[in-house]
Amino acid sequence: MAKKILERPKGFYAEFERKPGDKGATHYCPGCGHGNIHKLIAEAIEDLELQDRMIMVSPVGCSVFVYYYFATGNIQVAHGRAPAVATALKRANPHAIVVCYQGDGDLAAIGGNEILQAANRGEHLTVFFVNNAIYGMTGGQLAPTSLPGMKTTTTPYGRDIHNEGPPMKMAEFLANLEGPTYIERTALWDNKAISNTRRAIRNALRCQMEGRGFSMVEILSACPSGWKVDPAHQSEWMKENMGPFFPLGITKDLREQREPWFREKIAVEDEALLAALDLALAEPKRLPSALRDPRYANPSIKLAGFGGQGILSAGAMIANAGMEQGFHTSWIPSYGPEMRGGTAYCFVCINAEPIGSPTVTHPDVLMAFNRPSLEKFAADLHPGALLMYDSTIIDVPPKRGDIEALAVPATQMAEDLGNTRMANTIMVGAYLAKSGILSLAAMEQTLPLALKRKNLIEANAKALGVGFAFAKDR
Amino acid sequence: MAKEFIKGNDAIVKAALLAGCESFYGYPITPASEIAHAAAKYFPRVGRTFLQAESEIGSIQMVYGAAAAGERTMTASSGPGMSLKQEGLSYLAGSELPCVVVDIMRGGPGLGNIAPEQSDYFQAVKGGGHGNYKLIVLAPNSAQEMCDLTIRAFELADRYRNPALILADGYIGQMMEPVEFPPPVKGLPAKPWALRGEKISDANLINSIFLDPDELESHNRHLQAKYALIAEREVMVEEYHTGDADFVLVGYGIVSRILRSVVERGRADGHRLGLLRPITLCPYPSVRVAELAGRVKGFLVCELSNGQMVEDIRLAVEGRVPVHFYGRMGGNVPTVEEIYAVVKGQLSVTATA
Ligand code: SF4
Repeated sequence: MAKKILERPKGFYAEFERKPGDKGATHYCPGCGHGNIHKLIAEAIEDLELQDRMIMVSPVGCSVFVYYYFATGNIQVAHGRAPAVATALKRANPHAIVVCYQGDGDLAAIGGNEILQAANRGEHLTVFFVNNAIYGMTGGQLAPTSLPGMKTTTTPYGRDIHNEGPPMKMAEFLANLEGPTYIERTALWDNKAISNTRRAIRNALRCQMEGRGFSMVEILSACPSGWKVDPAHQSEWMKENMGPFFPLGITKDLREQREPWFREKIAVEDEALLAALDLALAEPKRLPSALRDPRYANPSIKLAGFGGQGILSAGAMIANAGMEQGFHTSWIPSYGPEMRGGTAYCFVCINAEPIGSPTVTHPDVLMAFNRPSLEKFAADLHPGALLMYDSTIIDVPPKRGDIEALAVPATQMAEDLGNTRMANTIMVGAYLAKSGILSLAAMEQTLPLALKRKNLIEANAKALGVGFAFAKDR
Repeated sequence: MAKEFIKGNDAIVKAALLAGCESFYGYPITPASEIAHAAAKYFPRVGRTFLQAESEIGSIQMVYGAAAAGERTMTASSGPGMSLKQEGLSYLAGSELPCVVVDIMRGGPGLGNIAPEQSDYFQAVKGGGHGNYKLIVLAPNSAQEMCDLTIRAFELADRYRNPALILADGYIGQMMEPVEFPPPVKGLPAKPWALRGEKISDANLINSIFLDPDELESHNRHLQAKYALIAEREVMVEEYHTGDADFVLVGYGIVSRILRSVVERGRADGHRLGLLRPITLCPYPSVRVAELAGRVKGFLVCELSNGQMVEDIRLAVEGRVPVHFYGRMGGNVPTVEEIYAVVKGQLSVTATA
């Protein structure tokens, strides 16, 4: 027993302590290639001193229990997903050496997209891709790499290329991508091939250690049980049948060209974090209201017009100022089925109490910026509500006599200011004066929060004043 | 603290960063894409990871990897994407990895539309993927709660080593409201089980495979005991005027906001209406529902669905009083008047009975 322990390379468990049952033997069939590959990897781990840096990703398939054998951090993942999981493991632990161990069903079938994308992103990962041309553990079914004519449990009459297509050559396929650095196909069928595999495994690991990017070794490996071949003859079978289809050799090698690159994680102090999130620590200033009429308290406001008239940002101006004055406020754009038709609108609620529904059927205030909006929504206003409309654009006065209407020639006034796009802000200024619920000072203070384009702040502040002056005695 | 007038979707991202979230793995889907947009903007600014994955499957598997590495990590999606994420969620739950997933629900089934529904309730609270597991499910109804519950979700996920889901709808995501952001979270929990690529974590194994039936059963029993503990400790519910209510309205998310207005309207007319709003959908406030069932005349459950949460109310009420349902689908959101009309109809039935 002691001798056995000494023989095992570092990185390999002396006893397979994660394995239930017999802790001395592997779970693989006699003649299986996985054992050989594990040993080659374990030796590389020892020689390259990787044991304490390695995170091994165990796949689904016969090698689902890779974690039994390697004395390194290990994660078992869903079928085919190893490259996605490994992507995040590596980004979280840039100093770790992250290794995916995948079979052919795992990598080339169900996980086709994950390997393709990780390879193309050039993730700093190493993939050992074991190609034995069959699904082992699940019961000898067809793999993407099964050979033409090969009998499997799901191709009992042999793989028919007109039905299942020809085998997939992943080493060549992935080598076509820009992202990967090093890809090689090797085999285990004789000592020379094995020693090449040993070299390729080390190349691939070094590629990651040196920060040169994505590496993969496709290893042609025996599955005597799946092939139903006597383990004594599996090497010849492999060489004879798989050899012609899967040529050995390097399909991509940019190790010399790629400059070493290492991801660095940085820690950010709280203050820098808040600044980066555009969060200021200042207490909001509370400014008093000067309500002109109790009817104007706690308004639900609908602003409506065409897209492009600044409806949403006019609403956001009011809502931001409302927050600044310490009110509960909400702003919601027209959403879902309401987006149908030619009007864009939003709802703003300003309330001393918490706001229930952020939209209401019968608003207290309607600001109409075009005729369709006025025609569509004026009827919704409850009696006594306030209707403000852009009388430059809407030349027909509203018909309802039971509401308070205020015509604001906003577009004309904006034109006088030299920019017709300020009509929305003029309307907002007029609303401020008319209702008194929000102060001009609060509005001016929060303008930068509501406007996307900062160079327009000054012009908008001016437009606010113009609108305010217009309505202050009406 | 810092206050901002902000969309719910954006509030989630800022809250996540304040909660110490280190990585966001996203995939675009309306109406959740805005969250990915904000994450793409803010995460790299502070040295955290944002990556657009190759697929919804890829993104949840990246979350699995980041969670295994001990990071606070998250993703966001909507119905069709959530369906694809179920595989990963099952693995996360099976391997007991913490993470936060946001589902901004849209209309379904199939491609449906991008308007708000609450039809992912079953998928969210009953497991969703294969196996005996549950997610912790939180349902915000304001931009402030998009912030607060995101932070809470990270805490709960870490405390119980379980994925936590924020279940919201496009309405809550799109709405702007004032949000008070708390200071950055201090002292994140140690995760000695995580994979660090260091000597201390050589023996660590993240795994959900238990070949032996007895072992798998005991793993499952352990999970169930954990869910029971969460149910005992972490239920959150908001009540409005339930103290003297004889008829209780129940809804979550945007619907609860509308119901609040219905309660006010009803109270103004002299009806003793109350509102029960589950904030945790899993664990469900069944105990509180059962208490209320002992003294009210009936419930009306409103959802943007065919009636999913109503089943949990009925289970808790156990037939003691009538439980009515009113739902809209397809992205149609009921008005206060619409629901109030239904309520008045039920009240007159209850009165005659
Ligand atoms: S089925 Fe094939 S691959 Fe699997 S352990 Fe047996 S020989 Fe190895």
